[in-house]
Amino acid sequence: MAGQSDPHFSLFSAEEVEFMAEDEMIEIVPNMRMDPLNLLCGDFGPFLPQIATQVPLWLAVALKRRGKCTIRPPEWLSVEKLTEALEAERESPRVFQPLPFHYVEISRLLFDHARDDIPDIYMVRSLVEDIRNVRFHKIEINLEEIQGRAHAVKIKNLSAMEVNIVRPFVVRALQAFYKHDSPEMIDQSDTTANRRPQVADHVPRRVVRR
Amino acid sequence: MASGSEEGGTGIQIDEYESLISTTDVELLKRAWRHEKAAPEILQYEGALVQRIREQIQLMVETVEEFAESGIDPLTVSLYEMDLDRTQFLLRSYLRIRLHKIEKYMIHILKTDLWNRLSEQEQKFAKRCTDDLGKHLEQSVLSRLPDGYKSLLKQSTASEEDDMVSEPQLDTFVICKSKRDLGTFQLDDSGGVPVELLAGNLNILRYKSIKPLVESGQIDLV
Repeated sequence: MAGQSDPHFSLFSAEEVEFMAEDEMIEIVPNMRMDPLNLLCGDFGPFLPQIATQVPLWLAVALKRRGKCTIRPPEWLSVEKLTEALEAERESPRVFQPLPFHYVEISRLLFDHARDDIPDIYMVRSLVEDIRNVRFHKIEINLEEIQGRAHAVKIKNLSAMEVNIVRPFVVRALQAFYKHDSPEMIDQSDTTANRRPQVADHVPRRVVRR
Repeated sequence: MASGSEEGGTGIQIDEYESLISTTDVELLKRAWRHEKAAPEILQYEGALVQRIREQIQLMVETVEEFAESGIDPLTVSLYEMDLDRTQFLLRSYLRIRLHKIEKYMIHILKTDLWNRLSEQEQKFAKRCTDDLGKHLEQSVLSRLPDGYKSLLKQSTASEEDDMVSEPQLDTFVICKSKRDLGTFQLDDSGGVPVELLAGNLNILRYKSIKPLVESGQIDLV
């Protein structure tokens, strides 16, 4: 049910990131009539045939799976826009193109459930993959350049899934830099009585649940 | 049925009128959940928010039951149930993360004013947990150790502080985003370049440096 993702790997599991993405709004065109929905997360509807309306992504997918609507792919999910974005990504080695925060999850969900609603889906899909690869490669390169006692790292326009994948590494790496560069480490006294337990050791040893 | 919220809980303050109007409780809960996951220490319990969500969930459960009986079409019922499931997941996960943190740092919480961030039930839980753990360690191990080493809290009587107590590491790095430009910020006292926090930029910084901003709601942990 409310499963606990193992905090030692990544704060949020991929499913949890998708969960958050599913609240993004998207446009659908219902093919039936339905009364407005007064849900805990908001009010949606009324649903009238052929009249477009905005709903959260999870709702859109649920309706689509039951054949009750078609989904209008978001503007950025088109061959044109994606080709532009891909070229821009390739041209600038340090700048990330502003893509929707949840572009990975949204495109994945739409590919899985709304294939017929996306024109040129094979092209679109391969463009998204290419964009993902180029961006990820950029992330790797940019990360290699963190050195010294970085107090803060700034990256603009990273997407949710990318942040989540990179997080455990970056956090650990920055932590290690911090620890090893710390001036306190250098003149540390040896007496046990004075010893402030090291940063890493304050965590209780626990059997990792598998 | 989705109520707009007033000031959501004692921990989060929303200072913009528009976001006050348009933020649902579910969104506030999602934010609290994300923050609780990302932050290394336990955060203020959102008592009022949890209470409201519980009531809304209860209402919704009853409504769904009525729907199911009165023969409203099963599609609608299943959509309401999905929404209910999602909200319940958030609530449960939120409470579980807190319990996880309490279990991990229980002695520390008892000793400091982090105690005030717990709800009543959490406090009872923490107290019982600590007592049980203490008794268990006492009986199984501590009583058989040589005299200078019997304490639950200190490694030995030579320790000046309670160094067997695990503490949350406040200088963990976290990833965060601010909604508006917050100007330049001195990150910590050991000197170092002040950092500019701009709207929409993702920053990776030590949690300790931005703690007050997180609490006042100006920065979002991602």
